[in-house]
Amino acid sequence: MTDLITRLSGLSVGSPEDRAFANRAEARRQSEDSYLLLLHPADSGPVSLVERRAVAAFVAVLHQQPETAAHYRALLEGTDSVLAPTVLRLAESARGPGPWGRYPSGPLSHEDQPGAPFRLTREQRDAIGLRLAAALEHAHLLTLHPRDASRDALQALLDAGWTTPGIVTLSQLVAFLAFQIRVVAGLTVLQAARSAVPA
Amino acid sequence: MTDTVLSHPGNHEPDRFTTDNLGWLPWLPPLAEEELTQRHRDGLADPSRAKSPYFMLLAHDPEVLGARTRVDRDIFYNTQGGLPRADRELAATAVSRVNGCIFCASVHSRFAARHSRRETDVQALLDHGPTVPLGERWGAIVRSATALTATPPALAPENVDDLNREGLTAEEQVDLVLASAFFHWANRLMLSLGEPTAAGA
Repeated sequence: MTDLITRLSGLSVGSPEDRAFANRAEARRQSEDSYLLLLHPADSGPVSLVERRAVAAFVAVLHQQPETAAHYRALLEGTDSVLAPTVLRLAESARGPGPWGRYPSGPLSHEDQPGAPFRLTREQRDAIGLRLAAALEHAHLLTLHPRDASRDALQALLDAGWTTPGIVTLSQLVAFLAFQIRVVAGLTVLQAARSAVPA
Repeated sequence: MTDTVLSHPGNHEPDRFTTDNLGWLPWLPPLAEEELTQRHRDGLADPSRAKSPYFMLLAHDPEVLGARTRVDRDIFYNTQGGLPRADRELAATAVSRVNGCIFCASVHSRFAARHSRRETDVQALLDHGPTVPLGERWGAIVRSATALTATPPALAPENVDDLNREGLTAEEQVDLVLASAFFHWANRLMLSLGEPTAAGA
């Protein structure tokens, strides 16, 4: 079975990019394992399957990569078709360029690009629940302005009912997607550029 | 165990990018050594990591940590073909510089400097960011890594033209994408689960 990165980036079997990725067989296999562990877990543990897939769809839409977003949207719709439209609408309202944020105060402060964190309204929180609402707010921070990360952001997750193991898995999920989505984006561009240039 | 955010009131966070040895202080409680089972040891992969608060925190999800570690090792340490180590570490440094991960940048700028022996250029990247002149080849690599760091990712055909002009093969270009992308994973964990400290690693 072909791994998700290869499928989403449309790598042709035997293309230079496909062969190069095959030379990193362990990275390819373990990227797929990470995907399966995070999105198709045998035991979902402290983060429910719906939460995992809702966060993934939200993060994928923030990255604005059509193939990847379609994959994670379908995964969420297949898991919870009632919740999906709400999460996807929230994601669309939260999109924007990244990365931005503040550095520790000092010589880097002139590079600060401050911005407002993503916050759900009370009605939106009530609609999807406190836990998922806090997870989406945190996912937005990690995706678009990670250097604004703070103890307070973790406290907000704890206050919404998250535990330490749950926060670790949630953080791995969002951080992994930032990786996976960029591998897909990069391989797609490399393959397209090569096929556009005569060898 | 009650879950609480850990604070480090005495810590003075470094306020600039540096090649110094930094430490890292967790904001959530890592596992204690006596809590480790075989499942956790498999995830940690290397017994010495039981001394690292970062890996002991990630060991709360040991299977994902294990997979992440094996991805990391293949991308950065598999030297069968592909991009020279120095250039992979350069990409890791550039991505960490743009995302703002002072800890990650400190580790990988040291590796980049050691493998390339271009300490001055590495320091210039840390001091001035990814637009600093670094010569043709490193300039092309840093521009590609930086483009991929944007959200949405902005690697463009012109970046690939630059890499081709510098003679990077398809294999090397794929390594560049993998090394750059991996630091999006690493930066976000390091930045959001704890803080750097000048106290040393």
